[in-house]
Amino acid sequence: MTLHGTCRESGGVAIVDFSGKITLGEASAMVRNMIKELSANGQKKILLNLGDVDYIDSAGIGELVSAFTTVRNGGGELKLLNLTKRVVDLLQITRLYTVFDVQTEEWTAIHSFKP
Amino acid sequence: MTTPSHRIEVTLESMIESVDLAEGIVMRICEAAGFTEEDSHKIGMSVREAVINAYHYGNREDRAKKILFTVELNAEKMTVRVLDQGPGFEVEEVPDPLSEENLLRTSGRGIFLMRAFMDEFVVNNPPTGGAELVMAKRLPVGGNGNLSGGGRDKES
Repeated sequence: MTLHGTCRESGGVAIVDFSGKITLGEASAMVRNMIKELSANGQKKILLNLGDVDYIDSAGIGELVSAFTTVRNGGGELKLLNLTKRVVDLLQITRLYTVFDVQTEEWTAIHSFKP
Repeated sequence: MTTPSHRIEVTLESMIESVDLAEGIVMRICEAAGFTEEDSHKIGMSVREAVINAYHYGNREDRAKKILFTVELNAEKMTVRVLDQGPGFEVEEVPDPLSEENLLRTSGRGIFLMRAFMDEFVVNNPPTGGAELVMAKRLPVGGNGNLSGGGRDKES
C-alpha cells in the first residue's frame, strides 16, 4: 500500500491525515472509500491533510476532484491542508489550485468552514 | 540522426503493477544518466501516465494484450516509447483538461501532464496498430548518455 490515511475530528471538522502517494489503484480507492464513508456518516466538513503526500498522479488528481464534487453536491465543504511543493505545482498547472480551497494552517482551516 | 548509445526494451503485461515497474525502471536510468531529482520526478510521472494510458485506455485492461516499453538514451536526450495494442487515438481529439467545462472532470489529464513535463511529446498510430506515445527529455549539462559504453539490453 502506497498510501496511509487516518481520520480524526476537531471543532466539528473531520480531518484526514494522508501520507504516501495518491496514485491509480488501491491508494485512489482508499481516498474514495474514506470520503464515501465520511459523507455517509453525515460529515459535511472535511479537511484533507496532504502534508506527507509528495506524489499524486492523474488518477489521484481525479480522485481529489471527485471527492470535492461529492462533498459539495451533498451540501458540504472539502478543503486541502499543508500541500507539498510538488502537489501545489501539480494543482497549479492543472488549474485546480483555485478550484480547491487550499489551507496552510490547521487551526485557521478548521475555523474557515461555514458554521 | 543520432544512434542510440543505450536501449532498454521491456514487454509489459496489461496489469496495474506494470505502471510501477515502468516508472521504477525509468527512475533508475534517470539517476544513472544524471537527471536532477525534479526532472527525474517529471520523467517518472510521464512514464507512469503513458503506461496507465496504454493499460487502461489502449488495451482496456485486457491481459491478453501487451505494452512495449522502450527507453533510449544518447548523448543528447532520453527518449521513451510506450506502445499498446489498442485501437489507437488522435491526440488532437483529446479534450483540453484546462478548459472551464473540463476542469472538474475526474479523468483526462494524463496527456496534458506528459506534454507539460517532457521536452518532446507525440502520439503515433503505427500501421501495425495500437497507439505509440513517444516523449523525450534533454539530458542535463554533464549528463551521462552512455551508461555502459554502448550496447543493447532486452528484457521481458
